[in-house]
Amino acid sequence: MSELLANDLITPDAGESPLLSLGNVSILKGAPLTRLSLRLREASVKDAGKAFGASLPVKALTCEVGDKRAALWMGPDEWTLLAPEDDLQSVFNSIETALKDQPHALVDISERSESIIVSGEKAAWLLNTGIFIDFSLEAFPVGMVTRTVFHKSPVMVWRTGPDTFVVEAWVSFMDYVAGLLVQAAQELQAA
Amino acid sequence: MLLIYCPYCGVERPETEFQCGGEAHIARPADPGQASEEDWVEFLYMRTNTKGIAAERWRHTNGCGRFFNAVRDTVSDKFLKFYKAGETMPDLEAIAKEAGK
Amino acid sequence: MSQPFRTEKGGRIDRNAPLTFTFDGEELHGHKGDTLASALLANGIHLVGRSFKYHRPRGIMSCGSEEPNALVGIYRNGDQTPNLRATQVELYQGLQSISQNRFPSLGFDVGAVNDFMSPLFPAGFYYKTFMWPKSFWDRVYEPIIRAAAGLGKPPKSPDHDHYGNLYAHCDVLVVGSGPSGLAAALAAAETGAKVILCDEQAEFGGTLLSESSASIDGKDPADWVSETIAALGAMDNVTLLPRTTAFGYFAHNFISLAERVTEHLAEADPRLPRERLWQVRAKEVVIAAGAIERPMVFPENDRPGILLADAGRTYLNRYGVKVGHKVLVATACDSAWQAAFDLADHGVEVVAIADMRETPPENLMAIASARGIRVEAGCVVTGTLGRKRIKAALLGRLMTSGQVASGGQVECDALLMSGGWTPTVSLYSQSRGKVVWDADKGAYVPGVSVQNERSTGASKGLYGLQATLEDGYAAGEEAAKAAIGKTAKITKVAATGGEAGYGGTLGALPHDRNASRVRAFVDYQNDVTAKDVKLAVREGMQSIEHIKRYTTTGMATDQGRLSNMNALQIASGALERPMTQVGLTTFRQPFTPTTFGLFAGISRGDFFDPVRKTPSHDWAVENGGVFEDVGQWKRTWYFPKNGEDIHSAVTRECKTVRDSVGLFDASTLGKIEVVGPDAAEFLERMYTNPWKKLAPGRCRYGLLLNDAGFITDDGVIGRLADDRFHVTTTTGGAASVVARMEDYLQTEWPDLDVWITSTTEQYAVAAVQGPKARDVIAPFIEGIDLSADALPHMSVKEGTFCGVPCRLFRISFTGELGFEINVSRRHGKMMWETLAKEIEKHDGTTYGTESMHVLRAEKGYIIVGQDTDGTVTPQDAGMSWAIGKKKFDFVGKRGLERPDLTAENRPQFVGLLTKDPKVKLEEGAQITVAENPATGTSAEGYVTSSYFSPALDRTIALAMVKNGQALDGKTLYVPMPDGSIPVEVTGTVFYDKEGARINV
Repeated sequence: MSELLANDLITPDAGESPLLSLGNVSILKGAPLTRLSLRLREASVKDAGKAFGASLPVKALTCEVGDKRAALWMGPDEWTLLAPEDDLQSVFNSIETALKDQPHALVDISERSESIIVSGEKAAWLLNTGIFIDFSLEAFPVGMVTRTVFHKSPVMVWRTGPDTFVVEAWVSFMDYVAGLLVQAAQELQAA
Repeated sequence: MLLIYCPYCGVERPETEFQCGGEAHIARPADPGQASEEDWVEFLYMRTNTKGIAAERWRHTNGCGRFFNAVRDTVSDKFLKFYKAGETMPDLEAIAKEAGK
Repeated sequence: MSQPFRTEKGGRIDRNAPLTFTFDGEELHGHKGDTLASALLANGIHLVGRSFKYHRPRGIMSCGSEEPNALVGIYRNGDQTPNLRATQVELYQGLQSISQNRFPSLGFDVGAVNDFMSPLFPAGFYYKTFMWPKSFWDRVYEPIIRAAAGLGKPPKSPDHDHYGNLYAHCDVLVVGSGPSGLAAALAAAETGAKVILCDEQAEFGGTLLSESSASIDGKDPADWVSETIAALGAMDNVTLLPRTTAFGYFAHNFISLAERVTEHLAEADPRLPRERLWQVRAKEVVIAAGAIERPMVFPENDRPGILLADAGRTYLNRYGVKVGHKVLVATACDSAWQAAFDLADHGVEVVAIADMRETPPENLMAIASARGIRVEAGCVVTGTLGRKRIKAALLGRLMTSGQVASGGQVECDALLMSGGWTPTVSLYSQSRGKVVWDADKGAYVPGVSVQNERSTGASKGLYGLQATLEDGYAAGEEAAKAAIGKTAKITKVAATGGEAGYGGTLGALPHDRNASRVRAFVDYQNDVTAKDVKLAVREGMQSIEHIKRYTTTGMATDQGRLSNMNALQIASGALERPMTQVGLTTFRQPFTPTTFGLFAGISRGDFFDPVRKTPSHDWAVENGGVFEDVGQWKRTWYFPKNGEDIHSAVTRECKTVRDSVGLFDASTLGKIEVVGPDAAEFLERMYTNPWKKLAPGRCRYGLLLNDAGFITDDGVIGRLADDRFHVTTTTGGAASVVARMEDYLQTEWPDLDVWITSTTEQYAVAAVQGPKARDVIAPFIEGIDLSADALPHMSVKEGTFCGVPCRLFRISFTGELGFEINVSRRHGKMMWETLAKEIEKHDGTTYGTESMHVLRAEKGYIIVGQDTDGTVTPQDAGMSWAIGKKKFDFVGKRGLERPDLTAENRPQFVGLLTKDPKVKLEEGAQITVAENPATGTSAEGYVTSSYFSPALDRTIALAMVKNGQALDGKTLYVPMPDGSIPVEVTGTVFYDKEGARINV
């Protein structure tokens, strides 16, 4: 897993058994994380990044990764900040302090979504059973992150390695998303 | 399923990520209290419903969340231009001419 | 094991792999590589079905997906799939097939009486015969027609197969793998472009698999196909999809493919899907869909044993099957001659070639003569004999006068016909391209491309092997260049032979028979004859679209691919207008019939829609909760105890809430965090109420309108800090309120420094309501003074619940002392279980959405979407108090000033009490002034909510009634089928009118 982006941050939930474990694709539940939604104007991007510990990417659909920090571009004035679960208060406070005189909105969304880690040679194929995005490496390189739709559920997809994707969905949608992925993968076991 | 370019994300994505918001460039009167009855009704309900080249609003709902505008030929479904919210309305006639309409 | 019509050798079947199958119970034999159709023909079986309307015996006519007659049912996994084309069903060991639309048997079908009564069923007979009496249509005519007509029987059990879905992107999609398709795929693939090549058949190669008279680079064309497919298959950038039909071409080069994954297997791994829907976005498309042969329209042209000439040739060369022992070939073009030669070379007696043309090409005449085949030039078929199989054909000689002279009768057991070729323009047409008439080719061919596609080879009316290969290479190169801007040098092959394809005839052929007595079929599947088309014109149909619908020609599952051109020509003659002025019907998706399962895909059963569950879900399941669906959410409806029904459970729950305390899961309510220096200004502009002076720590009920002035949502909004609000919305409005806020923020007021974030799923929410609510939560809350003075009604504070951070709202949707505790979602289960245990100590209860509805109705609180319908203003709802009158603007303010919205006689929100306290009104019931209003009387209003109120021990209702607020105390009526119900108009608050209970 060493070549993966943010592998000090995105880890399988140790307490959970894999949702799917085949030779060419597996689905693991992601460990809990601090997730913050940060909204601000261009002038505050630098200060915010400094306070957070990873700069805020300004290029659409990209991410910036720091030491146990990741900032994901969600929109032109919107980032999702990821940090270890226990860093919630410290990250929140340091950003609030740094931006106290600059218009911004920082909201805790740690619990809003859950993540799964889909990895393996067939990971892109499996995601394509429900997501209409070209996951070839030219079109969707490592580090690209986007919100999109998986069948009838909104999801976020972040490619952290050539064959590894982090898929996040709002908690109440995760049974649907993970369940369908597991179901769609069944045919990979057929002769 | 339409393929739509989001000017904020810089990529083409399928229609399922977007919602159409109807005719573009219908500004809400700055002081609605001063708007005449006709103007207000015009703002609320009257739409051109163009057959042909039309500017319309789209939102990248399941993407970056931004509203933007697009010029679409409502007959062929061809998109002729995408531009960010707040940018001025392009010359639809010129676009139509260029597209050979 | 004998297959009397199998050739000695040749064909692509595996003669070492014999298979056993059944047709209508009879055990038969075939080979691996056969289709059901070829195997049946090998056994000498032509009669495979009865026609749709006249129940005429019908035989296999083609060898492809355009087959109109050979529709069969296949038994699999204990159920039957109807209407499969035998020409597409691949044979496997143990395949069980049945014929359709016959009773009691295929050989003796009582429905065939329709054939003798055919004068009763002319074109448009539905419209003429079954007009009167009107009531008979539903009860008598339609059931009988549906029983008598039609095709196979639908399966009885739910579909036990499953279906896959895959989204794919490619640079070049090539549809069809005949010579031009293969050449295009090769040319495109060599550039490095990502290529998908699909073909509806099991084997790639198209016509090359049955081509006997040509060679490619000196090789058998079929060998070249094998080499080419092997080469393509070895390339990483190529995806090969056999058994895959491109059935829909949609906007922006979105093409849908149906891949049949397991249906050809005797025993398939159950983990594999039966079919897979490919949803492909292709940068460029090459349509190499080929052409199909046209039937000739002569009298009795539908007997079993009559096939398209090329089908006869394909069965021979590809499947090693002779369509008969004595074959007559009738043609209007060159290609059928080759079928005759091939048959003769396999020892089949070709009784004659009847060519309509006065002088067929010399070279063909010479070859025929060398084989000793009798040639009748300037000759047409004028009729056929034989009921379940053709026995003989009548020939007619075309005379210069246009008349036909009898040319005698020839014995035959099969007749191969060719009226020429029709390019398959379906996909091009679906891409919204307009076909154009090419007089030289005698065909409609693709015109200007509307999308990024090009047709190649026979699908654009180009024939001849060398020409189609060259055209295919060019199409592939052009497509790759357009898609990725690259070209590549490829070694092109040279072909000889395979020249035929041009020429032919259109429309009904002349004959010397009694025109009123004979039938020449145009559309086989829908039993439409040349006469029907002419009749439609006589009865006033001018447009081909009308003729099509009146006669149903072209409306069968092949969408007229076989029949359209002939029908057009006949209509053109009858209308005395050139064919190009008669118009052309539109080809629509799907290209061939496509299963419902494929479209439904994964959206069935548990995965039909996301099922959203709240943190109390598991607890509620364990404790017997009954659920209801609220949008995608599962919410607990009520919690029955000791076998209670809904009425007793709800009565107990409501009473308990008012007497002691109740616990309710409010997690589904929409939650939005509005943050930024302009947060208050933004809410000021969005909601009717004033917000700027609301102190941090306090809440206010907010009413959201649209700009027209109508109520669209509501909810309590708490101010957490100067620049931070916690907004709640209705459960159903959660997403749309966010969308509307974003809309105003981004497009109307982009200068405001405020942002919104949905936090619906960040928090789990427990509502504790009732006089003992404070006692219930007190042991767990820290950091918040719960006293009435410190935390009055409509306030919010942050603290902890069992040590985890919480936002505590003191609010009420019941009229009782109430709290709503928000903790982060992960702690929701803990919170719920803690409180559920605690309320027991206070004789409390958990309650569900039904009690929530009753409790709020007793207090007259509206539910947006139930008591409002998008046309209700705050004044109508009696909520003028919620409007900030001094505000400069808010969404809907100007709208509320419109004359219609301030006019008299608007429906207004009122309470209703039935005179009989036991009678409960129906929600939606209409309200009138008169007890027994005359028919046509307009209603004064309607009931929006109606319940039994445990607090009042009687029924209550809420309603919208015209000028209702002025009618207090008046009697109105709710007329129902079993009598009119008198009701008294009251205020909307039924319980604790002064609101004392909430402020304790």
